[in-house]
Amino acid sequence: MTTPCIRMFRRLEGLFCVYKPPGVHWKHVRDRIETSLLTGVNGTPQRPLPQVVKFLAQPGAGNDGSSELTLSAASVPVLASHPLVSGPEFQRIPVAVGHRLDAFSSGVLVLGVGNGNKALSDFYKTPATRDYTLEGEFGTATDDFSHTGRVVERSTYGHITQDKLERVLAMLQGANQKALLMYSNIDMRSQEAYEMAVQGLLGPEGKSAPILKGLRCVRFEPPHFTLEVQCLNESQKYLRKVVHEIGLELRSTAVCKVVRRTRDGVFTLQDALTHHHWTASDVMGAIQQYHSSKKLRKSPHTQTKDPTIQSRGEDKKTESQQSEISEETAVSTVL
Amino acid sequence: MSIVSLMLLAAMASSCIQLCCRRCSGLLRSKITVQYSTQAQHCTAVLTASSRVSNGSSFLAGICAASHTRQRWRQQMCFYSEHKAKPLTAEANRYKDAEELSGSDVVAYKNRLQNATDSLPVTDSQVTLDVDAAKSLSALEEISDEEAVSISVPSALPPATTSLRDYVDKSETLSKLVQLGVNLWKLEQRPNVGSMLLKLDFQTDVAPRLLFLKDIGVEDSRLGYILSTNPFILSEDLENLRTRVNYLRSMKFSSETVASMVSRAPYLLNFSVKRLDNRLAFYQQQLGLSTWKTRDVVARLPRLLCGSLEPVKENLKVCQIELGFKENEIQHIVVTVPKVLTANKKKLTQIFDYLHNTMKLPHHLIVKFPQVLNAKYLRIKERHLFLQYLGKAQYDPTQPSYVSLDRLVTLPDDTFCTDVASATLQDFHLFLKTL
Repeated sequence: MTTPCIRMFRRLEGLFCVYKPPGVHWKHVRDRIETSLLTGVNGTPQRPLPQVVKFLAQPGAGNDGSSELTLSAASVPVLASHPLVSGPEFQRIPVAVGHRLDAFSSGVLVLGVGNGNKALSDFYKTPATRDYTLEGEFGTATDDFSHTGRVVERSTYGHITQDKLERVLAMLQGANQKALLMYSNIDMRSQEAYEMAVQGLLGPEGKSAPILKGLRCVRFEPPHFTLEVQCLNESQKYLRKVVHEIGLELRSTAVCKVVRRTRDGVFTLQDALTHHHWTASDVMGAIQQYHSSKKLRKSPHTQTKDPTIQSRGEDKKTESQQSEISEETAVSTVL
Repeated sequence: MSIVSLMLLAAMASSCIQLCCRRCSGLLRSKITVQYSTQAQHCTAVLTASSRVSNGSSFLAGICAASHTRQRWRQQMCFYSEHKAKPLTAEANRYKDAEELSGSDVVAYKNRLQNATDSLPVTDSQVTLDVDAAKSLSALEEISDEEAVSISVPSALPPATTSLRDYVDKSETLSKLVQLGVNLWKLEQRPNVGSMLLKLDFQTDVAPRLLFLKDIGVEDSRLGYILSTNPFILSEDLENLRTRVNYLRSMKFSSETVASMVSRAPYLLNFSVKRLDNRLAFYQQQLGLSTWKTRDVVARLPRLLCGSLEPVKENLKVCQIELGFKENEIQHIVVTVPKVLTANKKKLTQIFDYLHNTMKLPHHLIVKFPQVLNAKYLRIKERHLFLQYLGKAQYDPTQPSYVSLDRLVTLPDDTFCTDVASATLQDFHLFLKTL
């Protein structure tokens, strides 16, 4: 029997993203979200307790135990179903985390609830890129590449100009592009490779070394600078190491002050919920927004996708099945 | 999860007896009590001689010798008192098969019956009941209303279980506790609390203590919370409770204060007078406060009297050595915000480090607004960075456009944004996404 709690839980199933503040472990974020969802789901108004009919003998009807027998029927609530005795209806809610963020970084963190966890594992396997903003500072080098670590070296940075920085970034981007082509396992001289490159589908499948698909400098005010990165299979420590290596290439030193993820797949900063909005109702709104945007993304997709290219990758199989189904419906509506 | 111990069986049997007696009070009182008392004797015999009773076959033989028409329910009550699970099912099988016996096997079974007292448990399934009695018991036979009432269905109360759910409808104590608002589900997870609650009798144990709490001024709505947090108050001696309340009153705590202290720190009255005295003396001595101020601090945070003193001593040392506050500054902080004494040391040092080294606040300003030490670190950080971004992070009272620390920390988000930062709440949330 569906209770109001279960109906609310069904509406909470899906994917959504939150903004993880810096300095907080991702596990605490997940636990806090689970607690607030539990309070929301268990807070729905309870149904009245089931009643049971009990027959009680009338006192004083026959004290000598004689033939007169009067019983009265009373409908009493079954206390064993009371939430104070059997506990709240939901004691755990399965909340899973997508690509993790370490405690130093901040940014978009994708979470899934209930049935959405299956979509989350598919999402995890797709070769979607992630956008990061890295803020660095010249002049120091530390042991863990961040400004909170132990200082290992100090150096001057007066000789660094934007032109030199751009040259270093271009060199890094070239090296990463070479790695991308190498990991994508396609013969570079084939037509297939050209078509995939045109569509931007070149990339490693599954696990590989971290690859930066795009890298550019958005702000340069020595000693501070800001980089924007699109990457695959990365970790936040690797990104801080990239900043450190940029400093070394420029014959100085650099530390990373902020690592901020601005996009994870289709989830952007705009959809992310700050910690003031980690309540059940706000999360429900975010999940419903995700479901409706998923439908919008599917319908224009079916006309443009070429089914031959979609043969690679496990998740693409499901997508092609869905696209076939929606193609049929589109054809039927046209007719 | 805790397992309700089998020691409660005696209590359960006696409470069952009481319940059934109360229900059928008007009728057959004498008959039922006699029957139940014999059953109780059987039960106690089982419990004491449990080692000697091997699988209950001799036990059954003892019952069969009586060959009463009411064997059926009596045996089943005794089945539930048998504490070994395997023979229980074996007995049940034996009993079920015995009912289907035909008359031709009577002689053979009677012989077996005589041998059963000396022999080991008989393993084959058709045995050891008086078949004459079994034959006369038919489900379709007409019986009078009195007999119908006296055949009470044996309640399916399990002898041992991990949850109080199975007993709550039958036990008066548990139903009354649920009606008061006690969270039985939380309590049964604590070891031994479930069995303790079951063994209590409402009229003699629970009711006098609840009335005592009401007398000292605790409100009815708080009784559920107090019992959920501290169920052991029901097993505490009433005289001790009265002595402790009198001691607190002798230390010049008013009646309302004592009531509020008990409702906010439910474990308070479980501690001896000596321990309470010890703690009050410690706070007065260590903090160097007057009696009135000590009383005020303890009245506002009564759990200071309940917990251990070691964390408090460490916190005081942290404030003195690590944070660098002077004696009179610590006194002022504790009197304004007593929670600092029980705060987490790491969090306290983290907040202080941010306030002093990043926000560049001097000691005397922090002492002036001790509430900041009680606030959440993330909150202080976000609000400070927002004000810094807007260029309004000015905490020095001598300079213009001064922002006081208590307004920084205690105001709710929307008031903070409009009054202090002169920005909208959406701007604040957008700014948070850039950190």
